Amino acid sequence: MEVILAFVIGVLYAAGLYMMMRRNIVKLIAGLALLGYASNLLIFTISRLTRGKPPLVPLGASLPPEPFADPVPQALVLTAIVIGFGMLAFAIVLVRRVYQTVGTDDLDEMTATDA
Amino acid sequence: MPDMDILLILPIAIPLVTAIIGMFAWRSRRIQRYISVVGTFGILASGVAILFAILDEGIIVTNIGDWPAPFGIVLVADLLSAIMVIMAGLVGVSVVIFSLASVDELRRSFGYYPVVLFLLMGVCGASLTGDMFNLFVWFEVLLISSFVLMVLGGEAFQLEGAIKYFSLNLLESAFFLTAIGILYGLTGSLNMAAIAQILPTIEQGGLVMVLAMMFLVVFGIKAAIFPLFFWLPSSYHTPPVAVTTLFSGLMTKVGVYALLRVFTLIFTTETDFTHTLILVISGLTMFTGVIGAVAQYNFRRLLSFHIISQIGYLIMGLGLFTVGALTGTIYFLIHVIIAKSALFLVSGVSNMVSGTYDLKKLGSLYRAYPSLAALFLIPALALGGIPPLSGFWAKLALVQAGLDAEAYIIVAVSLIVSVLTLFSMTKIWAEAFWKDSPKQSDEDIQRNRDAIEPGRMVLLITPILFLAALTVILGIWAEPIIDVSRQAAEQLMNPDGYITAVLGGGVE
Repeated sequence: MEVILAFVIGVLYAAGLYMMMRRNIVKLIAGLALLGYASNLLIFTISRLTRGKPPLVPLGASLPPEPFADPVPQALVLTAIVIGFGMLAFAIVLVRRVYQTVGTDDLDEMTATDA
Repeated sequence: MPDMDILLILPIAIPLVTAIIGMFAWRSRRIQRYISVVGTFGILASGVAILFAILDEGIIVTNIGDWPAPFGIVLVADLLSAIMVIMAGLVGVSVVIFSLASVDELRRSFGYYPVVLFLLMGVCGASLTGDMFNLFVWFEVLLISSFVLMVLGGEAFQLEGAIKYFSLNLLESAFFLTAIGILYGLTGSLNMAAIAQILPTIEQGGLVMVLAMMFLVVFGIKAAIFPLFFWLPSSYHTPPVAVTTLFSGLMTKVGVYALLRVFTLIFTTETDFTHTLILVISGLTMFTGVIGAVAQYNFRRLLSFHIISQIGYLIMGLGLFTVGALTGTIYFLIHVIIAKSALFLVSGVSNMVSGTYDLKKLGSLYRAYPSLAALFLIPALALGGIPPLSGFWAKLALVQAGLDAEAYIIVAVSLIVSVLTLFSMTKIWAEAFWKDSPKQSDEDIQRNRDAIEPGRMVLLITPILFLAALTVILGIWAEPIIDVSRQAAEQLMNPDGYITAVLGGGVE
């Protein structure tokens, strides 16, 4: 399962970076979203994938019985998802406003601030 | 010690509470104005209090929610953190006072002041946290606030700059998250002190090096170092000048702070490679930055390229990696934040009286408005490194450290860049202040100046005067500040003190 997820994560990173290099701003934002998902999945995978084994410490022991999934990264992923959601919402509004005011969705035409 | 616990929370709680009050008082611009001044002065005061507390009794640590150190989130303040909080307060105070007279009604009515406070909260939080993931969260807090400030007003020019700023900074967050994930996978901890203890025992040296490079790229994008700075000059000159000042004073410097923290505390095992690389990058950063600046004819864009050049000086000290060099870096950090903010504010006032940022169209300001010219000259000369102003001592400390470390090439580069810095400052002087204005007569400029009501004028000039006076004071009474910088550098170079303060002996 880890191997499959490793490939999925790799493909997500590659797809995200590829989308970011397109000239269309909508694709740029989609690429950023994919990158966010890739890093979330990476952290999720790092915590080990174990199903149906809550990491509860039995009475008298100091560690939960192996194998267990580390809950900390899952908490991190939850936080990161929430932050990513906020950023994405902002991005979508920004793209809309840019298209309305600048009048183009092509990044190559947005050179006014570089002159 | 409960009083100490409260002390470290203050720089985060004060802007948070004042921003929330500002949000509730959405329709009352007057309350928002007063509360934001109170908030920024509060940050400044709490920063000074933390500084003196550290000078008295060493590094302060607060366990949030009383969870013991490697498990909960900790706030840690060493001298560098305290200096960052004070600088956030100083820039915050100056920018908010300047904003009272310069930011237009449209922006104010959409929560300009609360967002400034949220941004300052992010800066303080990032400077005080001792937890890797918490650092990420604070970075996001200051990023989202900076996005809002960047687009507030919604002019086409601004939005175009915002797209560039937004996408590169979001790329940085994604990389940051990835790097944190791998770091946690390697060490099993997010506490910086615990990571610093565990990382040298990790056998996969290659992976550790990959991580070091990832953090260099992540904080490098934030700090705008050599190949990663392109977002900065294409976005920083688009929002109102008060916002540009706030960004130039704090955003890149938080990146430098994070680099300093990570590369003195965590990645210190292979300094031959990592710190030499940082040194090479620092030379390229200062050189490309200043070359970009020399070619510019827009007041604010020229200054934006200078930010990059100065980042090179800041990480030069990190690359040399000695106490003397880091002393120079920390003193330089204080100097550049103050001098740069003053220059941006001057550019704002000259835009108000002349109606443009274009150096070709500016002119005659020396004759028509001599006091503004004097206020420009002081920080400009400080930036060029003219004694006895602050920039001279900052550069002297770095050059001396470079000579001690026998890094002659970087010393030569830094001196050449210093001359070019002075050259580009004289260029602004010659174009904006000395030559005759191509469009306006002196009377036009004076009429524009007199059209600003005296009350507003005081609010515009006071922060510039305050910052310019600080550069002079920093230069003439440099010794106590250099002394504090040296102590801060010693704390950075001896991370054991930091680790013991956080973990109290060792990881169980």
